[in-house]
Amino acid sequence: MRADPRGVLTGVHFMDGDHACCEGALAAGARFAAGYPITPSTEVVERFAARIPTIGGVFIQMEDELAASIAILGAVWAGAKAFTVTSGPGFSLMMEHVGLAVMTETPCVIVNVQRGGPSTGLPTLPAQGDMMQARWGSHGDYEIIALSPNSPQECFDLTVRAFNLAEKYRTPVMFMMDEVVGHMTEKVVIPPAEEIEVYPRRYTRKSPGEYKPFEPCEDLVPEMVRAGTGYRFHITGVTHDERGYPLINPEAQDKLVRRLKEKIRRAAGELAFYEEEGTDAADVIVVSYGITSRVAQRAIDLARAKGIRVGKLRLITIWPFPDEKIRELARRTGAFVVPELNLGQIVREVERAAAGAARTYAVPHAGGTVHRPEQILSVIEEAAR
Amino acid sequence: MIETEDLVEAPPQNPVEPYLRTDRLPHIWCPGCGIGTSLNCFVRALIESKEDLDRLAVVSGIGCSGRVAGYVAFDSFHTTHGRAVPFATGLKLANPALKVVVYSGDGDLFAIGGNHIIHAARRNVDIKVICVNNFLYAMTGGQSGPTTPPSSITTTSPYGGFEPAFNLPHLMDAAGAVYVARWTTFHVRQLTRAMIEILHKPGFCFIEVLSPCPTLYERRNKLGDGLDTMKYYKEKSKIRHGAPTSEVALDKRGEIIVGKFVDRNRPEYLELMRAQHRAQLGDRFVEAPACLCD
Repeated sequence: MRADPRGVLTGVHFMDGDHACCEGALAAGARFAAGYPITPSTEVVERFAARIPTIGGVFIQMEDELAASIAILGAVWAGAKAFTVTSGPGFSLMMEHVGLAVMTETPCVIVNVQRGGPSTGLPTLPAQGDMMQARWGSHGDYEIIALSPNSPQECFDLTVRAFNLAEKYRTPVMFMMDEVVGHMTEKVVIPPAEEIEVYPRRYTRKSPGEYKPFEPCEDLVPEMVRAGTGYRFHITGVTHDERGYPLINPEAQDKLVRRLKEKIRRAAGELAFYEEEGTDAADVIVVSYGITSRVAQRAIDLARAKGIRVGKLRLITIWPFPDEKIRELARRTGAFVVPELNLGQIVREVERAAAGAARTYAVPHAGGTVHRPEQILSVIEEAAR
Repeated sequence: MIETEDLVEAPPQNPVEPYLRTDRLPHIWCPGCGIGTSLNCFVRALIESKEDLDRLAVVSGIGCSGRVAGYVAFDSFHTTHGRAVPFATGLKLANPALKVVVYSGDGDLFAIGGNHIIHAARRNVDIKVICVNNFLYAMTGGQSGPTTPPSSITTTSPYGGFEPAFNLPHLMDAAGAVYVARWTTFHVRQLTRAMIEILHKPGFCFIEVLSPCPTLYERRNKLGDGLDTMKYYKEKSKIRHGAPTSEVALDKRGEIIVGKFVDRNRPEYLELMRAQHRAQLGDRFVEAPACLCD
């Protein structure tokens, strides 16, 4: 279906990534947000708080991130599209409800504008240190979807996509920004509402008597209902059967957890968004994401000027990790170079997926600023030798 | 000799049965536990209240009382430990037509969930909180909590507790709840009436329901069984409506002040939000639709 025009600020804007993310959420149909202030993400909800009373909806500033991350789940079960926004310390607190959202298959978007950690770390400075937390941060075994934008334009475009994927797969989607992308101001083009595709909630057409809240469709995703419509349904964070009733035994656990993982895993191919360029005859391929991809571009240009055949793979989807793409590239290149604003997270995934078919080089950085292009260039040169 | 006709007549159905997920029975609660009694009162209150039960949502946290959401045949949400109140807040604000009841225990609502409940009361979110207070963590085997009376024996206070306990009505009164009452599971009629009152009263309402936990609290403290606790409730409870909440603190087997302590009116959250935005934005203000699903 098409976007509700009331939430779409059609036009050409000069806007930062945080604000563009908010506009993306509004365009996608989010009419409820709950937040707790934290640098460098607060501008997203500040804008939402200013905009939503002119559109029709609710913003609530909760008492902490635990509350914000579950208030949105309540709003979703009432029928709203909803999201919350945070940075590292708040992201840690939200992990409890990432798990609840996964277990109850509650579609929602959690935005993390990453800053340096651990703990309070670098409140105002960039990092990409939460990439593994986005994947594994809540307890138990599950799959997740995570996207990483590298410009304010993508903060808009991919926020819309994040909401759509959340609805399609009935899962929380992690939107992994970083401080630089969040605070960088660039041109952002917001198209007319009729050009924005919005994935509707997968409401059931079954009658209350026939409907089971966790009976999967062919793609393993169950249909949804909302409170107050006569279905008198039950949802729980406890391992449950298709009726949503708690069922605490190994068989129920196996059936449920396998399905929750498989509904994402089997879609990994169609979820693999990336930007690829010059990889055909590349001796080295730089794999990057978020703000680091823009520094990497400069390093790639410098390396090419020196005659090195360098390709580019910019990851947009981080989770599920695009194993297939890396595997395919590993067969026809010599090495991967993976710069990121952490001391080695996604590089491990690249190395795992490459499975020895190509060498893998990290370009680690503890965060606080971005790489210098020369740091990446020198590793490209080393990898090309 | 008994005639066959005398045997085939079906007993009248318990009036609360249609409102319970009977396919989930038997429940997990122990003999003598008061949670089931409180639930019986709740369902009878719902029947008498004439509320549209398709629009009722029951939200629980974790614990013995947290199991209530799983047994009622309404839209019901069994959430995470301590977070029923913020879940209920999101549910209510996104669809104000829902009647949202939080049903949970003292540890869930006032230890791990303590921060959330005071803020919901401060905001006057239109949710109804029923707190079954059995004085300890029962689901995990009887540990002490913020309501455990000093000197009580629990698994984590094996030599007797020494931490002061919360006075829940006082806390809720101070935080801004518009309705605060306390009853015990002995006072089934008064409790039912109080539940009907909060279903009809806008704003953040709170009822504390004192309940025996014969398996873990009474037994370890040599206070008898569920029936003995009922006798204690009967003998030591004093009804004092309007009592200052600062005077209703509990101690181990002392006097229990019960009644409706607070019943006042204050604009609820969404009313305040709309009024403020309308005043500041004028024509630019757009009222949220009746349900954010629209």
